[in-house]
Amino acid sequence: MSVRHALLALLSEGPMYGLQLQQEFESRTGEVWPLNVGQVYTTLQRLERDGLVESEGADGDGPQKGFRITPAGSDELADWLRTPPDSVIPPRDELVIKVLVGLRLPGIDIHDIMQAHRRHLVESMQRYTHLKAEASDRDIGLALVVDAEIFRLEGIIRWLDAADARLKRFPSTGTDEVAETRRPRRRVGVRR
Amino acid sequence: MTAVLELRRVSKIYGSGPTEVRALSEVDLAVHVGELVAIMGPSGSGKSTLLTIAGGLEEATSGDVLVRGSALSAKSRNERARMRRRSIGYVFQDFNLLAGLTAVENVALPLELDGVGARAAYTIGQEALEELGLADRTARYPDELSGGESQRVAIARAVVGDRQVLLADEPTGALDSVNGESVMRLLRAACRRGVAGVIVTHDAQLASWADRVVFLRDGRVVDQTTAPASPESILEIGPRP
Repeated sequence: MSVRHALLALLSEGPMYGLQLQQEFESRTGEVWPLNVGQVYTTLQRLERDGLVESEGADGDGPQKGFRITPAGSDELADWLRTPPDSVIPPRDELVIKVLVGLRLPGIDIHDIMQAHRRHLVESMQRYTHLKAEASDRDIGLALVVDAEIFRLEGIIRWLDAADARLKRFPSTGTDEVAETRRPRRRVGVRR
Repeated sequence: MTAVLELRRVSKIYGSGPTEVRALSEVDLAVHVGELVAIMGPSGSGKSTLLTIAGGLEEATSGDVLVRGSALSAKSRNERARMRRRSIGYVFQDFNLLAGLTAVENVALPLELDGVGARAAYTIGQEALEELGLADRTARYPDELSGGESQRVAIARAVVGDRQVLLADEPTGALDSVNGESVMRLLRAACRRGVAGVIVTHDAQLASWADRVVFLRDGRVVDQTTAPASPESILEIGPRP
């Protein structure tokens, strides 16, 4: 989550104080992403240094210091909105690694390991769904943020379910019997 | 607290000898008033069998199903049929509304079958539909209703009268996510008003509406979630000023 661009977006609606920015950010994201006010001020300082915002009234750094977006800041925001998020390079997923490791360890029932993760993920989903259930369905900010998290968690559970089914069809023997047929390997960039 | 619905060591075996299929193995489950429980598992895990046995539509090979503490197996055929009609409501993926009846007639039908006078049943049906936001759809026939509306009618039918148990099989399967969500809000609210609810699903999103999720694999309960912390606990993650 880019706090930097979120602040630019809020300032594009008009000048605001640091504390105001923090409160607006939290209320628009359904208060699911808490934001430290200290982080707001350090981010504002960097934005000011880079010429993307400017402060109103030059006297001191008090809480009443207002900020406004510059034309360069507006350009930066417009660019950022259209830039795809960094999702092209597959991340090194910790859960995938745990399952791959678990498959090869003797005495480990991989289905138990996967179920433990599935339960944990479903419990997280329950917390988000219940948050949504208890909020008004007109709280759009909350619903959007919560939906994003629910879909992300669901994606991981679906991967676990698919992996479960795959392993049932072809139980792993613990030896890498197909490794030799797999070469030459395709190179896929992996984010470190 | 007595469970409204309880399954005790329920097993179900189809066929015998080499063709024997064990659909459920010694399943224990207790659902309390106001609680919504989701049974989650892949296809073939025994979810739907569990639901039909819990609702008395099918008999267990061994074990007991108890509604409000009394065993279904101890009842006569007629008593069982009456309990199914009076105490248990069903919601299916494909709604199962009767095409020749209007929305309100569909909701009123189980009451009438149970001896409530036609006029009274109609009024109760009307009220149930109004509660689910369908006041202007009561005279429509099922083919004049959208999928979301049809499922709301089916929910009204399932909770109308003195129902104690609500059973739902993939209730949002045929709906888009917005309509699915409003169906789940209604099911949750119905449970909160004093019904014990069970939904079976393979879908984690749907299951996450429940208070408790029970995981079924190859006919066995393998795991379940612990009561989730209050939703507010998510808000406390991360630094606070």
